[in-house]
Amino acid sequence: MAYSDKVVDHFNHPRNVGSLPKEDATVGTGLVGAPECGDVMKLQVRVNPTTGVIDEAKFKTFGCGSAIASSSLATEWLKGKTVDEALAIKNTDIVAELALPPVKVHCSVLAEDAIKAAIADFKRKQAAG
Amino acid sequence: MLKFPIYFDNHATTPVDPRVLDVMLPYFREQFGNAASRNHQYGWEAEEAVELARKQVADLIGATAKEIVFTSGATESDNLAIRGAALMYREKGDHIITAVTEHKAVIDTCKRLEKEGFRVTYLPVGKDGLVDLDQLRAAVTDKTTLITIMTANNEIGVLQPIAEIGAIAKERGMLFHTDAVQAVGKVPFDVMAANVHMASISAHKMYGPKGVGALYVRRRNPRVLLTPIIEGGGHERGMRSGTLNVPGIAGFGKAAELCRLEMAADAAHARGLRDRLSQALHRHLDHLSINGSMEHRLPGSLNISFAYVEGESLLMGINDVAVSSGSACTSASLEPSYVLKALGAGDEMAHSSIRFGLGRFNTEEEVDYVADKLVGVVRKLREMSPLYEMVKDGVDLSTMQWQAH
Repeated sequence: MAYSDKVVDHFNHPRNVGSLPKEDATVGTGLVGAPECGDVMKLQVRVNPTTGVIDEAKFKTFGCGSAIASSSLATEWLKGKTVDEALAIKNTDIVAELALPPVKVHCSVLAEDAIKAAIADFKRKQAAG
Repeated sequence: MLKFPIYFDNHATTPVDPRVLDVMLPYFREQFGNAASRNHQYGWEAEEAVELARKQVADLIGATAKEIVFTSGATESDNLAIRGAALMYREKGDHIITAVTEHKAVIDTCKRLEKEGFRVTYLPVGKDGLVDLDQLRAAVTDKTTLITIMTANNEIGVLQPIAEIGAIAKERGMLFHTDAVQAVGKVPFDVMAANVHMASISAHKMYGPKGVGALYVRRRNPRVLLTPIIEGGGHERGMRSGTLNVPGIAGFGKAAELCRLEMAADAAHARGLRDRLSQALHRHLDHLSINGSMEHRLPGSLNISFAYVEGESLLMGINDVAVSSGSACTSASLEPSYVLKALGAGDEMAHSSIRFGLGRFNTEEEVDYVADKLVGVVRKLREMSPLYEMVKDGVDLSTMQWQAH
């Protein structure tokens, strides 16, 4: 299968690989996927509690090149967005940006799920206060 | 001087040996005759080439020339053997025994026969990829007419105990077919010693051309009869009609002769490279597992799972090296390798697997390059892997609640 230039670029130069302290109250962590399915994404955001803006996003992904590129792209897009703006990111936006073929659409779905899971985790922590 | 992409996928196909190509070329040019033309020189020359090749292929496997039926390749050979024998001996019985790790050409032929009323037992394999002989004996019924078990597996390279299987077939009066595609030309294979009644062979796995294969069909003790699957002019003792692929067959014969004469050197070369690669990877990486028996294995074959790293991303990271993965993302079906799943190590090991096939034309320099590159890519991808991070943090992945999707 031929990959788009953008997928190759994210794969070769992944943005924001790493981890944030998951116990931190300002950090939301999403872990989605399953090893037996061949992809697991961990996506984390750090939200500025006063502005509600995501000032840091990190990922680690076990998966194919498209899964790695989808999560790398997601972290780029998340930075500078409010929590609500982040929830508006759709998997189809990722598909379009990376020119993913139909068999790789599930990678973008997983990235959207990871974003939603990370934000939900952050909100849960905020509510628990 | 390295030439890219480096080819380490010799289970999929092999390059044509230049000595083979030299033998083939005249049969495209001046000697283009139809081997079935009985009344002129073009036909005689073509027939002569085919009969020489028949002898060369037979000599490689301990058969006689008349027992070689040329086909379009091993998929056709598998179909002809299994379907042909099942239909021919239907009055004697309707039960076939095979194994879950067989090539699709065998599995799908068996499944089709099931739809037509035959019964098929698919034997499991152990962690080492080998069938259990006691389970095989226990599966035999008085309606079993055929056992079909491959000699060497195309994904993990393990060698099944075919001599023992052949002995069981002989003792119980059943036919034994083996898909010997990966083994013939690489390791000693003798149809008499292993009590094989039918064997599928492919030219392009042994440095011959694509589009030509053979089925060995035993002529005595017992004489095996097959119902043809292709009808026509009655070529190949009536078992396989159709004008013979004369250049392909001539090349097949030469490839078989070269394999017979150079087998020991080829095997030592491939084994040396395989072991060098394995040692280099193990020296620099942890959490590696070799899929299938190391003891009963083709010399040039290595299938390794790089835990916590997904196979397609590995292939993308070594994009100047041609290898295959058992990962779902690299398969047409989007399912992880059924062969690796059958070993019982978990689907994640299939997703993380790479198959290396080292062959006649590979070099130590290539192995060193690939090992180096792979070590770097695995390290990079593990730094990116949430699973590797969790394992380093002491998390037992098997106790995690994952959301399958």
